[in-house]
Amino acid sequence: MKNSTYRNTYALFFKSLMLICMAFTLTCIIFMVVYIFINAIPHVSYDIIFSKPSYINDTIGILPDILNTVYLIFTSVIVVLPFGVGAAIYLNEYAKSKVLIKVIEYAIETLAGIPSIIYGLVGMLVFVQFFSLQTSILAGSLTLAIMNLPIIIRTTQESLKTVDVGYKEGSFALGAGKFYMIRTILIPSCSYGIINGCILSIGRMLGESAALLFTAGFAHTLHGYIDSLSSAGSSLTVALYVYAKEQGEFDVSFVIALILLIMSLVINVLATFLGNYISKK
Amino acid sequence: MSEHIFEVKDFNLYYGNHHALKNINMSMKKNAITALIGPSGCGKSSFIKTLNRMNDLVDSAKYSGEIFYNGQNILNKDIDLCDLRTKIGMVFQRPNPFPMSIYDNIAYGPRLQGIKKKAILDEIVEQSLTSAAIFDEVKDRLKKSATSLSGGQQQRLCIARALAIKPDVLLMDEPTSALDPISTSKIEELALELKKDYSIIIVTHNMQQALRIADDTAFFLLGDLIECDNTDTIFTKPKNQKTKDYVTGRFG
Repeated sequence: MKNSTYRNTYALFFKSLMLICMAFTLTCIIFMVVYIFINAIPHVSYDIIFSKPSYINDTIGILPDILNTVYLIFTSVIVVLPFGVGAAIYLNEYAKSKVLIKVIEYAIETLAGIPSIIYGLVGMLVFVQFFSLQTSILAGSLTLAIMNLPIIIRTTQESLKTVDVGYKEGSFALGAGKFYMIRTILIPSCSYGIINGCILSIGRMLGESAALLFTAGFAHTLHGYIDSLSSAGSSLTVALYVYAKEQGEFDVSFVIALILLIMSLVINVLATFLGNYISKK
Repeated sequence: MSEHIFEVKDFNLYYGNHHALKNINMSMKKNAITALIGPSGCGKSSFIKTLNRMNDLVDSAKYSGEIFYNGQNILNKDIDLCDLRTKIGMVFQRPNPFPMSIYDNIAYGPRLQGIKKKAILDEIVEQSLTSAAIFDEVKDRLKKSATSLSGGQQQRLCIARALAIKPDVLLMDEPTSALDPISTSKIEELALELKKDYSIIIVTHNMQQALRIADDTAFFLLGDLIECDNTDTIFTKPKNQKTKDYVTGRFG
């Protein structure tokens, strides 16, 4: 009897402890979101979101930064997806040497842990200077793409590992070649995992500023997609930094923060829908 | 042409240092059911997986000897595996329909061979499902996911999928071990029906099953082929004492 009271107290104690941890986490998140909302909402206006800044009129607009962010993410994802998924498939399905795989996986692991400012520095030296891309959205996107390769490779590898071996065997037994099997069985079965990797990467791209300071620049000029690739442009995160730190415009920074929150929410929801749609198909 | 679909000569299989199959010599008849029986780990599954070279997927697998399929040694290095596997179909122990619609599952093989016309595909799908005795059960939901079927239906779907590419031989690796008795009897009935058009090799744990459907039975033990003969002979008057002990249930 005594023993059971002890065990119940013990269980209750840890249950409460977990509850406290959860409540703490939730409070932090809610506090941040509410704080951003309170500070941003009074300053949100059509002009600030849908115009470009003008020195003559002395107004601030963040449309260029929003577009630059979209361009950056779009270009990076287009570059990183084929390389990341391809590398993961090679490692899981083709590579024979266990040692080689271990070495490459270790390298990828390390690549994931490098501080982003180092990517920025290397991106600047390699893309901006050596390949003469100048400080531009393209240089920024390529830097982001390399930064996110590890995430895409890892998530794709993980989801490749979960594909039932029976499917592979079944496909081979019907006379499929390796690539046919990969195209018809593996890639469709792990598309959900690949999309999850994309969400993670996009989240990281949205939040990235250090690497982009060096490679994509600070410009707030409006461009179409194609033009933007060769011109400098600041992403929302970089703009947030610049407005807050260098121009003291905290109101604008909070508006940008709000937009970033909304963008990441929208991207998450869209990706979930896309994932569900594909896996249903 | 000989009456044998497979002739195995001095066949040895190794997984790394493990000698999994030792000096196998046997032949299997055309348009008949050959059952491979034996306790777990005796090499019968490894053996059947060699007949369509699925063992090549295992990196450490090495073999020696000869296996003639219609007079051609399928262990030759230069044999086209994709081609071979379209002639020698396989049904696995665990039903493994692809996570796509019933229709797409059956059309997988034909599409692989480049058949694109919908009319032809429709016909193949219907024919294959009918041969596998499952058409009536699924004809109204061909576009539904194959994974929503019951285990027994999935297995018959897999048989239909294998039949869709019109093979000569059907290899069945314990096709009923994951199924209930009613599904099992349906598959056995189906096998008896199919042997008119196909040669069937079946691995089974269930001796009664071998007795019910097989024309010939081969008994494997610890990598050796102990005895291979007419099913009745194996079960009623086996020549080898080990076979007798096994089929009478003394071990295994």
